[in-house]
Amino acid sequence: MENFTPVTGLIGGIIIGLAATLLLWFNGRIAGISGIFNGLVTNKKNHDTFWRLLFILGMVAGGLAHQHFIEPSYQPLNAPLWLLVIGGLLVGFGTSMGSGCASGHGVCGLGRLSVRSLTAVLIFLSMGILTTFVVRHVLGGL
Amino acid sequence: MEHIHKFKFFAFLAGFLLSFGISYSGMINPNKILAFLDVAGDWDPTLLFVLGGAVVVTLITFRFVMRMPKPLLSHKFMLPTLTKADRPLIIGQLLFGIGWGLIGYCPGPVFSALALGYAEPVIVMAAMIAGAFLYKWLQAAK
Repeated sequence: MENFTPVTGLIGGIIIGLAATLLLWFNGRIAGISGIFNGLVTNKKNHDTFWRLLFILGMVAGGLAHQHFIEPSYQPLNAPLWLLVIGGLLVGFGTSMGSGCASGHGVCGLGRLSVRSLTAVLIFLSMGILTTFVVRHVLGGL
Repeated sequence: MEHIHKFKFFAFLAGFLLSFGISYSGMINPNKILAFLDVAGDWDPTLLFVLGGAVVVTLITFRFVMRMPKPLLSHKFMLPTLTKADRPLIIGQLLFGIGWGLIGYCPGPVFSALALGYAEPVIVMAAMIAGAFLYKWLQAAK
């Protein structure tokens, strides 16, 4: 557990919760990143298009701001291209079909005490753990 | 009448803050996500503190926000209407979990890391878009 960072994790989590609060309180929307993004790219242009785009641009800017003003915390996985493509396809397909990801079902859905979201979180967490176990300890890495 | 400019500003601000929190918490780093999912390896439980911090905030704030007749900048709350875990939710979340376990990226960190100068998040985003369209086309073909 040499890389365990509970304090910055907790502070970052609180900031994430406050961001979700802001979007619901002011705009009445759930801060589900996959829902906002999938709606932006797969729906025809409508009255939601522009704010969805601004939300995503805000996310891109937030990551840049943190890297420049606080400290770089991103490291690429350096995974092979085929793996990134298959993983990305599954994430895009799965979050569309399953109506949400860690932000929508995790942060917002659990905050709303939604049983549907709790089910979603338990499924994607256990599949993530199982997949990582198979990749690292059964297959010995990809 | 929606306060349309403020609405767009708060969409950007919420995205910015959410992404800043993802970066600050370390969850922008797919290696850290995989270290969390790898419970049988050198386990890094940080993600639990991030999700815990975020959900403690939304559990408290959403209670107050949802008691308001409407959000500050819009005429009504747009909340998910489905409450039960149906088949698409379960299958979708299974697939999302597999993708997440393969590459350690979920939609949030992809956008936080999008403009940091690495190809990897851009590749994953492109594959995510393809996955979202694939699901939409399969739905339309039904």
